[in-house]
Amino acid sequence: MISFQINNNPVQFEGEPDTPLLWALRDHFKLTGAKYGCGIGSCGSCTVHIDGKARRSCTTTVSSLEGKSVVTIEGLATDDGQLHPVQQAWLEEDVPQCGYCQPGFIMSTVEFLQKHPDPSDEDINTNIDNLCRCGTYVRVRKAIHRAAELTAKGK
Amino acid sequence: MWKNHRTSQSRSNPTQPDLSRRRFIIAGTTISGSLLLGLPLAGVALSGDPAGDSSRIGFFIKILENGDVIIGNAQPELGQGLRTTLPMLVAEELDISFDRVRIESMPLGIVKTADGYTWKYGGQGVGGSTGLTNNWTYMREVGATARLMLIQAAARLWNVPVEQCSTLPGQVICETAGKKASYGELVKLASSLPMPEEAPALKPMDDYRLVGKPQHNKEVQDIITGKAKFGSDVDMPDMRYAVIQRSPVLNGTVSSFDDSATRAVKGVLDVFPVEGPAPGAPYHILAHGVAVVATSTWAAIKGRKVLKVVWGESPNRDDNSEKFWQQNRDMLATQGQICHDQGDFPASIDASKTVVRHRYEVPFVSHAPLEPQNCYAWVQKDKVHVIAPTQMPSGASRSAHAVTDIPRENIKVEMARVGGAFGRRLTNDYVAEACIISQKTGWPIKLQWTREDDIKNDFYRPGGTHELIAGLDESKRVTAWSQRLASGSKYYRRPNMPDEDLWKPELYVDDFPKAMVENFRLEYFHNPIGLPRGSWRGPAHVVNGFVIQSFLDEIAHETGQDPLELRLELLGRVEEQPYSNHGGPVMTPGRLARLLKFVTGRIDYKAKRPKGRGVGFAAHFTFGGYAAHAIEVSVNDEGEFTIERIVAAIDCGFAVNPNAVQAQLQGATIDALSTALELEITVRDGQVVQRNFNNYPLMKIDRVPALFEAHVMNYDDTPTGVGEIGLAPAAPALTNAIFNATGVRIRRLPIADQLRKEMKA
Repeated sequence: MISFQINNNPVQFEGEPDTPLLWALRDHFKLTGAKYGCGIGSCGSCTVHIDGKARRSCTTTVSSLEGKSVVTIEGLATDDGQLHPVQQAWLEEDVPQCGYCQPGFIMSTVEFLQKHPDPSDEDINTNIDNLCRCGTYVRVRKAIHRAAELTAKGK
Repeated sequence: MWKNHRTSQSRSNPTQPDLSRRRFIIAGTTISGSLLLGLPLAGVALSGDPAGDSSRIGFFIKILENGDVIIGNAQPELGQGLRTTLPMLVAEELDISFDRVRIESMPLGIVKTADGYTWKYGGQGVGGSTGLTNNWTYMREVGATARLMLIQAAARLWNVPVEQCSTLPGQVICETAGKKASYGELVKLASSLPMPEEAPALKPMDDYRLVGKPQHNKEVQDIITGKAKFGSDVDMPDMRYAVIQRSPVLNGTVSSFDDSATRAVKGVLDVFPVEGPAPGAPYHILAHGVAVVATSTWAAIKGRKVLKVVWGESPNRDDNSEKFWQQNRDMLATQGQICHDQGDFPASIDASKTVVRHRYEVPFVSHAPLEPQNCYAWVQKDKVHVIAPTQMPSGASRSAHAVTDIPRENIKVEMARVGGAFGRRLTNDYVAEACIISQKTGWPIKLQWTREDDIKNDFYRPGGTHELIAGLDESKRVTAWSQRLASGSKYYRRPNMPDEDLWKPELYVDDFPKAMVENFRLEYFHNPIGLPRGSWRGPAHVVNGFVIQSFLDEIAHETGQDPLELRLELLGRVEEQPYSNHGGPVMTPGRLARLLKFVTGRIDYKAKRPKGRGVGFAAHFTFGGYAAHAIEVSVNDEGEFTIERIVAAIDCGFAVNPNAVQAQLQGATIDALSTALELEITVRDGQVVQRNFNNYPLMKIDRVPALFEAHVMNYDDTPTGVGEIGLAPAAPALTNAIFNATGVRIRRLPIADQLRKEMKA
């Protein structure tokens, strides 16, 4: 049995320890915000935070999570529904099309902005490597800059 | 405030109402059998449940007491924003504030009649960029009818003539009587009134408050909080999880399999073969395989990994891409099927001062929607429940019927939000697979494809080799044009399809420049290959747009003409042409010219640029809409290039939601460039070589320039489709820019490392 936290709630997983976190989240914990896109850590649709770091949950096994803290897209807004500045920016810029990749994009961006609070376009190009099949990148870029602004204002 | 417009049809499209009026009535007849009754049947619940609900007016509209309005959407949502745009049309005519509107998904509605199955809510399904145009008049009529019924209710309540009543957003008012009432107060009475016998006249477009103005997408909040439910997110009681190991060789069969290791995996419940179609035969599913059913997705995947299958024979074991391309070249050395011949092409070529001739190769590509195929199905003795991400819910119903033999009226199909489609989900093979597995096991099943399953089992955009020939006279005027194409036709596994029709989805006969050039010929060679073929966003337009717009630049270069002037001269030859393919009945070349002038002006293409910089442009007509791109690139001495700037423009007639149109133009541009940069499906020994995004590398943000403009340019009052229009000119604008910067002509897609190799050489 593996004990860890998901969105600040203690959880226990009794299934196979080699289960990727993604499938544990989706099938076992019924949190379907993280999406399956490739299973090889390439597209980033499954991105969650593990101890504050953006990680591909499709290539992270549950066995590596003992005592760790996982945050998914469902846990990003505050309990009273206040959106995270990155979500707020996504809303303002109408980023999603099909929307499948967007939770992963948002989770990657949250960590990215912690390291690059005032990012250049080049910073974005170097660090954001999620895949959007609909090609929402133009609005993603705009929303990342907007989220940086909102975060700076909120401080 | 606006009054009833009983007569004014001003500025609405005069060619549309008849058609849609017929649909309006047909939709009603399927339920009632009465021609008098319009679509919105009072008291019939949105779900199709006949239990009375006095807060509803017809199928699409539910008004709550607090004034919130729920509008049903019957069309699949793939990311094109229909779940916002179609309700906008209802809300506009109903006269309500859009921020009080919530959207509800409707299931497939089909009804059995003496003449077969007909639609309950009107046609459902999206493909060919028709989601909006098919519903443009219909959805407005739904809103206008409901508004009229609310007015009638108020008039009856206040005992005043209907003509004295009008509406403000969300309420009916009567100034004469000094009365007003909210829709919420009136809905119960309104829903009990008889339907108007025909839809009221629609609002004049000048009065629009919502339509034509950018609206936020209604579903962003759910998407960014992880609440939006896609097909793969379906979770139902007692559901089991399934994957299928499909034959790695095209058309391969299962000879035998050893499932002992699979059954030893914890959670695996059952393993059995699934039979695919015979080679060349019509299909419900794509491939032979072995299904693994388990208590979780991961257990099923793990079980499949240790499954040992001995694959049987396949007629395609020797299929190889190299062979395919060589066969195309061999075919082009012979005479093919002349599909269209106007004027005297051979004589005109003989008489030409200059002849330009080049070949282009466009590869097979995969749809690769980010959400791999999946489907929930529960087949019981006499009924089926399907929840699927699909573009064609009626096709899902047909597929489920075909493999279960359960009558379609007992098959419930719900449309999940679709994680990208691009034409892949026009085909419901994954629905049929899920039904087969559920029927065999008796369990509710969620079938999940892996990314590898998806890339290796697609209906690929056909690859082909194109030879273009143009003849020019002494004044450098193009007088002869021919396109000769050898490809695997998109018409796949259609045994009743005559061979002489196979060219039709590959060469659209009325495309530019047929109407502009006196001597014009199209020639086709079908090269059969085992790869399944299908519709990939914009189908042949994306392919032929690249070929034709590249060739125009080559003609301009080789005859010393300006590539923009050459295009404008050709487009200026004809004011309007008949267009028999999808997107007709006419094409107006001047609309392409307008966009070309605009994008080349914005990017200032005539400006002198430093060494290694270049600009290219192109324009194309797709499915009724017009688009153009101008792209600037920089190339270094090693042949590495960067897209510096993109100017894109679309003319979709009238943009109902300019915000959504712009998003589609941005996305279509990136889709086209992503595909042109790196993507190709190849076959070795009958197997698809590509597996996942590591060797099918779609574009990421680092190759998308920060300088990216997407302009939505209205033309008239008739909206055309949008989803596919923005693709065709993007790739040739890029390769034309590369030529302009380097003198290297890219005649084969994907571009990949061709430029680097050329510049080293």
